[in-house]
Amino acid sequence: MMRYFAPLAIFAVIVVIFAFGLHQAPRKDLVPSPLIGKPAPSFTLPSLADPTQTVSNAALHGHWYLLNVWGTWCISCRLEAPELLAIAHTGVVPVIGLDWKDSRSAAMRYLAQRGNPYQQIAFDPGGLEAIHWGVYGAPETFIVNPQGIIVYKYIGPITPGAWTRDFLPRLRAAQTVSGS
Amino acid sequence: MIPELGQFALILALLLSVLQAFFGIAGPALGRERWTAAVIPAVAGQFVMVSTAMGCLMAAFIGNDFSVRYVAENSNSALPLFYRIAGVWGAHSGSLLLWIFLLACWTLAAAVGTARLPRNFAARVLGVLGTISIGFLLYTLITSNPFVRLDPPWADGMGLNPILQDPGLAAHPPVLYTGYVGLAVAFAFAGAALLEGRLDREWARWTRPWATTAWAFLTCGITLGSWWAYYTLGWGGFWFWDPVENASFMPWLMGTALIHSLAVTEKRGLFKSWTLLLAVLGFSLSLIGTFLVRSGVLISVHSFVASPGRGEFILTFLVIMIGAALALYAWRAPQMQSEAGFELSARESFLLFNNILLVTACGTIFAGEMAPIISIALHLGKLSVGPPYFNPTFLVSMLPLLALLPLGIHARWKRGGLGERGRTLSIALAAAALIGCAVAFGVFTGAGILSPVSMTLGAWIILASLIDPIDRLRRRIAVPRAVLGMTVAHIGVGVFVIAMTAVQGFTAEQDVALTRGMSARDGGYTFQFERIKPLHGPNYGGAEAKILVTRNGKPVTVMYPQKRTYWVQHMVTTHSAIDINGGSNILVALGQDLGDGRWSFRLQVRPLVLYIWIGALIMAAGGLLAITDRRYRLAESRESAPAGPLPAGGAGS
Amino acid sequence: MSRRAPLGALTLTLVALLAAPFAHAIAPTRMPTPALEARYERLIHNFRCMQCQDESLANSPVSLAADMRRQIRQMLLAGDTDQQIRHFFVARYGYFILFKPPFVLKTAWLWLTPLVLLAIGTVSALWVIRRRAAVVAGDDEDEFLDDGLTGPRKHT
Repeated sequence: MMRYFAPLAIFAVIVVIFAFGLHQAPRKDLVPSPLIGKPAPSFTLPSLADPTQTVSNAALHGHWYLLNVWGTWCISCRLEAPELLAIAHTGVVPVIGLDWKDSRSAAMRYLAQRGNPYQQIAFDPGGLEAIHWGVYGAPETFIVNPQGIIVYKYIGPITPGAWTRDFLPRLRAAQTVSGS
Repeated sequence: MIPELGQFALILALLLSVLQAFFGIAGPALGRERWTAAVIPAVAGQFVMVSTAMGCLMAAFIGNDFSVRYVAENSNSALPLFYRIAGVWGAHSGSLLLWIFLLACWTLAAAVGTARLPRNFAARVLGVLGTISIGFLLYTLITSNPFVRLDPPWADGMGLNPILQDPGLAAHPPVLYTGYVGLAVAFAFAGAALLEGRLDREWARWTRPWATTAWAFLTCGITLGSWWAYYTLGWGGFWFWDPVENASFMPWLMGTALIHSLAVTEKRGLFKSWTLLLAVLGFSLSLIGTFLVRSGVLISVHSFVASPGRGEFILTFLVIMIGAALALYAWRAPQMQSEAGFELSARESFLLFNNILLVTACGTIFAGEMAPIISIALHLGKLSVGPPYFNPTFLVSMLPLLALLPLGIHARWKRGGLGERGRTLSIALAAAALIGCAVAFGVFTGAGILSPVSMTLGAWIILASLIDPIDRLRRRIAVPRAVLGMTVAHIGVGVFVIAMTAVQGFTAEQDVALTRGMSARDGGYTFQFERIKPLHGPNYGGAEAKILVTRNGKPVTVMYPQKRTYWVQHMVTTHSAIDINGGSNILVALGQDLGDGRWSFRLQVRPLVLYIWIGALIMAAGGLLAITDRRYRLAESRESAPAGPLPAGGAGS
Repeated sequence: MSRRAPLGALTLTLVALLAAPFAHAIAPTRMPTPALEARYERLIHNFRCMQCQDESLANSPVSLAADMRRQIRQMLLAGDTDQQIRHFFVARYGYFILFKPPFVLKTAWLWLTPLVLLAIGTVSALWVIRRRAAVVAGDDEDEFLDDGLTGPRKHT
């Protein structure tokens, strides 16, 4: 007798799955990163400003930093530019830029026009370094802790809301722990 | 004026469908004959209103009325007339109107087709169809109104997506939707039986033509889509287990199970709850497919542009419609048990496994479809599922089914056993194995183990299907249309299997970079790049290459692959050149200018790919042939002499 | 709404990156040996493009896909095994990048689904058939079961 209710019960489960699917639909192309909690790939790339200099995150070991992946072709990056400048201004954490798949001259012009929030900028025109970080779109921002572990990855332009909600708590908690 | 007329017509259609649903269900339930009789005028009225709305939208497209937002977003004055008409269903809102229009057509057909059936039953069928109309009309009017105006109107439209500017757009959605919507009729028949609390063999005989016709259209619709993808997307693929494709395939699998289950119910009054459930599930999966494709839940090249409101509305509609049907099933189906028996080796047994294997296949595809969402929900990271999952898991259910098919069509009802047929079938199997291995190892080279096995199965299915008609002709017994249809359909299955094996196992494909005069070899053919020249079309520009194809030094054909840039949409499309040569399809697609006079090309030789679609069309033809059998044209069961040695009626359940 | 805006903008970025959404990538490659070439073809067909998430690396026109293909080429030329290459990408992008979900604890449910369904179905079918076989008795019906296959049945 009860087996005739099985289709209805299964359907109820399916509806729950669908409802969940609807809930996450706006973010359906976002893929969680497996690098959270893993060591950040170490890189040594030419600096955007001066090709003879290099930017290496080995030198950043022992400090918190944000790695922000951007490009002049990226429309959403323009949306977060003011927020990045504000973040850099607060001095809470240095922002390291990774200029991805870009042209050097266009990037320099862009920064000159809009301001430069980055403490340093690594230049990755070929895109192969970005692959090491599991980057698949721009903008993406990583939080790296002093031990060189990736703590968080944020996909999309950083809004003031996202900064207070997703970044500060992680940075603050760590700062109270590390006492800096 | 005309768009407003169209919108008004839709509103009237909604009101009429409410009346249709109300009278159809309440009339018989409360025994009010006047209400029951009022269903027919409601059906007719709804059809008129919906046709009017469809006509108005078409008029807006043809007349280039860019004050209507949907027309402005999907059409353009430079668009050829053919595509201005087909473009009506090129995007979400218009395709919904197509759905509603086809539903009204099927409802009208159902009203005519059930005219000689018991009044209460027919009214219930139309009432259930009415509830479906209500849902779709509400959905359209509230979230996806195609008649919304733009103020101020645009000077010209955005034009139709270049991929859709193809005869495939004129054919694929209407045929496919005819199938989807047709399953609603079987759903309605099941609903009527559940409401009535009664199901007998007569019911199965009434339902079968509707279910089979819908299934045949769905088969053709999916086939058209696959063929369209093959020649238009530029890399010679025809099935990607894409979420939208799966959304059309699942109802098809249920539909196939349904038409076979109906056979058992009609013959022996068995599998009643199975048949009811399959009828409900078939259309439910159509609805679920609509949800998946339009709600933005899944990522697909084919999906319509979604908005959250649309998804929530459909989900609510699903819950009400399917939930009610399944609840009714849970309540009423237990009362419809029959007590007949059958042996393990009987045809009923084979058809039971047929049902189970098809449901397993459907469930597997559904699991793969939902896997990304489920894995996120359970915090298991995000999974992705593609052909490497679907192909092997689909075979897990399909190979046993194909192996059982030749036996099942000869097994005797009830008592089971093959009788003398057993020997003939074994001979056929041996012959098939010879053919299968010869083709797999001889004609094509480098086969794995799967290719000869599935070639053998395909050949065996064809031979086994022919045994019965040949036997009848030999003994000068008539071959009823139903048997002929079944034979044809199963031959179609065999053809499909053989073709699929050839394509999966023996496709030769590579990407090459050529300069003028250079050639490359692929699949036994040599392709020489002759020249490239610029291209100018009515709404596009581009480049066209000329490729000479030879085999063993002898010229085979000349091919002209194109690359087009559509100016209005800034879109680049690839028009591959396809040629059919000796059972294989040769495809050449033009890639990019690599500089230094080098161009990239994709060369692909696919043996027997055409027979995949031909096999599927043969299946559909068999189905349509089967339902022209005399017994479906008889309104009531008769005790008079049957046309062939088949029961025209007989003992009730 | 504020939550959705940045993500909608991200989508815009992704769309902007797609110069030709429906054009595909024909990427001719010559690897030094046919074996390497075959491995390359297989690998690029089995990875999902992370931007055009409905395409394989082989067919995706975006530059990220070209970068990944280049990475695969480099790794093949450096002598890495298919397993190592797969591991490289999965470590950075997750299982999502594979069209074929691996058979591990997290994904076992997916691979077992067809087998479980088949098992449940077969067991219930056999149970039903046993019940029905026990009922096969009186012969009123047989007369109507003749379909000309083995000759008309006698009414016993």
